[in-house]
Amino acid sequence: MRWIKEIETFWTLFTAPTVWALHFLVCYVAVAVYCAKQGALAMSFETMRWLLGGITVAALAVIVLSAWLAWRQWGFGTEVPPHDAPTQDDRRKFQGFATLLLSGLSFVSVLYVTVPLFFIGACQS
Amino acid sequence: MSANVPLAPAPEAPPEIRAAQEERLRKVWTTPSGWRYWTSVNNTEIGLWYGAAAFIFMLFAGLLGLMVRVQLAVPENTFISADLFNQAFTLHGTIMMFLFAVPIFEAVAIYLLPSMLGTRELPFPRLSAFGFWSFALGGVFVCGSIFFNAAPNTGWFMYPPLATDKEYSGIGADIWLLGLSFIEVASIAAAVELIVGIMKCRAPGMRINLMPLFAWYLLIVAGMILFAFPPLIAGDILFEMERMFDWPFFDAARGGDPLLWQHLFWIFGHPEVYIIFLPAIAIMAMVVPTFSQRPIVGYSWIVLAAVGTGFLSFGLWVHHMFATGLPQMSLAFFSAASEAVAIPTGVQIFVFIATMLAGRVIFSVPMLFGAGGLAIFIIGGLTGVMVALVPFDWQAHDTYFIVAHLHYVLIGGMLFPVVAGIYYYYPLLDGKKLSDRLGKIAFWLMFTGFNTAFFPMHFAGLRGMPRRVFTYPADVGWDWFNMISTIGAFIFAAGVGLVVIDVVRPKKKQPRCPENPWNAGTLEFIGSPDEKWGVRSVPVIHSRYPVWDQKDLVENISAGRYFLPDSQSGQRETLVTTVLDARPVQCLRVGGTSVVTIVAALSLGGVFIALTFHWWLVTIACAVITLGAILYWLWTGTATIPESDDYDVGMGVRLPVYASGPDSVGWWAMFITMVGDGTAYASLIFGYFFYWTIHDDFTGGHAGPGVFWPMVALTLFVIAWGAMLAARSLNAHDRPRLTQAALGVAALLSLGGCAAGLAGPFAYEMDPTLYVYPAIVWVVAIWTVVHGAVGIIMQLYCLARSLTGRMTARYDMDIDNVVLYWHFMVITAVTSFGVLGLFPLVR
Repeated sequence: MRWIKEIETFWTLFTAPTVWALHFLVCYVAVAVYCAKQGALAMSFETMRWLLGGITVAALAVIVLSAWLAWRQWGFGTEVPPHDAPTQDDRRKFQGFATLLLSGLSFVSVLYVTVPLFFIGACQS
Repeated sequence: MSANVPLAPAPEAPPEIRAAQEERLRKVWTTPSGWRYWTSVNNTEIGLWYGAAAFIFMLFAGLLGLMVRVQLAVPENTFISADLFNQAFTLHGTIMMFLFAVPIFEAVAIYLLPSMLGTRELPFPRLSAFGFWSFALGGVFVCGSIFFNAAPNTGWFMYPPLATDKEYSGIGADIWLLGLSFIEVASIAAAVELIVGIMKCRAPGMRINLMPLFAWYLLIVAGMILFAFPPLIAGDILFEMERMFDWPFFDAARGGDPLLWQHLFWIFGHPEVYIIFLPAIAIMAMVVPTFSQRPIVGYSWIVLAAVGTGFLSFGLWVHHMFATGLPQMSLAFFSAASEAVAIPTGVQIFVFIATMLAGRVIFSVPMLFGAGGLAIFIIGGLTGVMVALVPFDWQAHDTYFIVAHLHYVLIGGMLFPVVAGIYYYYPLLDGKKLSDRLGKIAFWLMFTGFNTAFFPMHFAGLRGMPRRVFTYPADVGWDWFNMISTIGAFIFAAGVGLVVIDVVRPKKKQPRCPENPWNAGTLEFIGSPDEKWGVRSVPVIHSRYPVWDQKDLVENISAGRYFLPDSQSGQRETLVTTVLDARPVQCLRVGGTSVVTIVAALSLGGVFIALTFHWWLVTIACAVITLGAILYWLWTGTATIPESDDYDVGMGVRLPVYASGPDSVGWWAMFITMVGDGTAYASLIFGYFFYWTIHDDFTGGHAGPGVFWPMVALTLFVIAWGAMLAARSLNAHDRPRLTQAALGVAALLSLGGCAAGLAGPFAYEMDPTLYVYPAIVWVVAIWTVVHGAVGIIMQLYCLARSLTGRMTARYDMDIDNVVLYWHFMVITAVTSFGVLGLFPLVR
C-alpha cells in the first residue's frame, strides 16, 4: 500500500478513536430514531440490524487501514519502544506505535458496541 | 520560518552582562506590590490563587458533607430541616464538581505547565487571569447562596420538572444555572490556554515523543472540555429560558421533554468524571517515575490510555439514564462502551505498577497518597463495572450504592492524587517541604476514615436506602451503617484538616530544601521560587527526563546559556515552537500585568448575577462594560505591530515577533474557541431534532418561520462571508481602501442577515410560551443572530484597525482570525436557516 503517502501531522493519532466515535453515534442515532418512529418507517428491525452490521464492517475496515498505516509508520516493529531519542525518526516511530495501540483499542471497542446487535432483536422499551 | 536548534548551549556571558540581563528580566516579570498585586497575570500567582480558591471551596463543601452525615447518623434526626438538607447536599455535590474538581486541575496546570514544558509563560496569561476572576466571583456567588437560604436544592444535576418548578426551587436553580454557566466560561478559557500552550509553546527540541506525560493528559483533558462543557451551556440556556420566560423546553404538557435535559447534562456529566480523573492520574504519572527513580515503563501506553479514555468517555452518558425507559438496544450500546472504558483505565494502573516494579520505590508521603488513592479508585472502578450492567443498575439506581461508587471513584481517583501532588509540589511555593510525619498521619486518617465512611454505604444501598433522603425510620436496617459512615466521615475530615494545618503552619524557621528536593527528572523544579521569570533561559530539550539525562542542564539554564536570556524589548517574551518537533518559529510577546482582565471578569459576572435577579438594566450596563473591557483588552494588547520583523532570541537565532494565520497562537485560540462554540450549537440542533423524534408532529400544529425569511437570512450571511473572504484577499494585496469597503459591505449584509433571521418567527407570530416547537425555533434563530451580531462587531473592529493603520498587508492577524470566525459563522447560518426553513417541509 505504498500509494498512501505518509503524512506528517499530529492528527492521525486520533483516526481510529474518531471512527469508533462515529460508529457509536451512527448506531445510537439509528436505533433511537428507528425506535421513536417505527410506525412511520417501512423497515424491519432486522433490516436495521443488518444495516448497522454493514456499517460496523466498514468501520472495522477503516480502523484496520489506520492500524496498517500506523504499523508502517512504526517501521513494522523493527525497533522496539520507548522511542525516546530526540530525532525526527523516533518521534515518527512513537507516533506510529501510539496510533497502532489506539487502533487496537478502537477495534475492540467497536466490537463491544456491536455485541448488542447480535442479542437484541426489538426496541422493547 | 523555523530555525534549526543548536544542541549545545551558548558560551557563558561575562558576569556584568548576566547581571544586567537578570535585572531587565526581573523588571519585566515583576509582580506589583500593594493592591496591585491582584492585577498580576503571572502563571505562578494565578495558579496559586486558583488552587487556593478551589481548595477553600472544597473545605466549605466538605463541611456541608459533614452536615449531611450528622443529619443521617441516627434515624428520625432533626439536626437540620429537610429543606436545608436538600440545599446542603445539592451544594456539596455542585461545589465539589464545579468549584473544586475541575478548577483545581486548571490551577495545577496553569501553575506547573510553563516550567514543565521548559518555557516561560503560557501564551495567554491574561486569559488565565480572566478565567480565575470569573471562577472566583461565580464560586462565591454560588456558595454564598446558602447563607440566604437561597441555595439550589434539587440535586447537583438539576433534573426538571423538579428544578423547573419555581415554587419548590425558588431562586436557587437560577443561581446554579447562571453561576455555573459563568464558571464554564472560565473552564473553556482554560482549555484554550492549555491546548495552545501545550501544542505551541514547548521548549525547543521537546518533540511530542519527549513531552512530559502530564502535558499529554492535560492536552486530552482540555480537548474533552471543548466537547463536554458546551452541551451543558446549551442545556443551561434552554433551562434558563424556561425558568425566566416560561419557554416549555422540559414541560411535557406543552411538547417539551425532561429527558432532553438529562441527555445534555450527562453528555457533559460523564466526560466530566474523566476530565476530573485524568489530570489527577497525570500527577501520578509524574510522581511515580520520580519515586521509582526511573523513566516510566510504557510511555506510549499512557498516551493510548489518555486518548482512549478521552474518546470512550463520550459514549457513556446514557448509563446515568438506564432507568428512563429508553430502548434496550440503546442502553446496551452504552453498557458496552462503559465496559470498554475499563480497558484504557486499567492500562494506566498496570503501567504504574510496572514502573514501580522495575525501579527502586522510595515510599514517601506523595507515593502513599498516590498508592492509597489508586487502591480506592480500583474498588470504585469495579463497582462501576457492576453498575454499567443494565440489570444491576436497575436494582442499584438512585441508592446509596451509587453514592458509595461515585465517592470511591472521585476521592480515590482525584482527591488522593491531588493531595499527593500537594505534598510533591509544595516546595515550589517557598522552597520548603511539608512535614513527613503529619503527612503520614493525615494519610492514614484519610484512608481509614474514607473506607469507614463509604464502604458501608454499599450495603445501605443494597438494603434499599435511596440517596438524598433527609431521614429514615429506625426499623429498616439502615441505622448502623449510617452511624458507621458518619464516624468514618469525621475521621476522614480530621485527616483533611491535618493536611490543611500542614500547609498553613508557619515555616519560617524550617530550613530550605534543595531546589529539586525529590530528584525529579522533569523540569518542574528548575525555576527558583524567588524569581518571577519562570526559567532563566529557555532550554533545548533532548530527553524525556532532561534533568536526569542532560548534563549540567540546570546550571546552563541558570547561567542564561539558552534562549531568551534577556528581555531587550522590555516586554514579556516566550518562544513559540512547531507542534511535532518543537522547532522555534516565533518570539511571542505575551500580555503583562493588567487590571482589564479583572474588569472584564467582574462585569461579565455582573451580567450573570443581574440576570438571576431579573435586573434587566443592570444586566445591560454590565454587558456594555464587558464588551468595552474586552475591546480595550484586544485593541491595546493584541496584534501589536512590532518595532522590527525579527528579533534576537539568543543562541545566534533570530525569529519573527509577529505571526498571523495558522502560524499564530491567536488563530489557534479562535479555532479552539469556535470548536467549543460549535459543540454548544450542535447541542441546540440536537434538541430541535430530539423534539422531532418524540412527536408525530413536532410542530404541534403551530406555524413555522416559513421558507422565505430563513432563505433570505441564509443568503445574506453567505454573501457576507464571501465579502469577508474578499476583504482578506484585498488586504493581503495591500489595498486598504477596498478592504475597508468590503468590510463595510460585509457588516451591512450581516446586519440584514440578522434582521431577516428574526423576521421569520416574528412574521408568523410564533409564540414561544405556547408550545416547544416555536420555542426551539426562536432559540436557534436567536443563537444564530447573536453570533451574527458578534460577527458584525468583529468586522467593525477590523475596519477600525485598518483605518488606524494597525492592520496592514503584512500585519494581518486580526482579519485572519475574524475570517476564521466567519467560516464557523457561515456554517452556523446555513445549518440554522436551512433547518428552520426547510426541515418542516421535508420531514
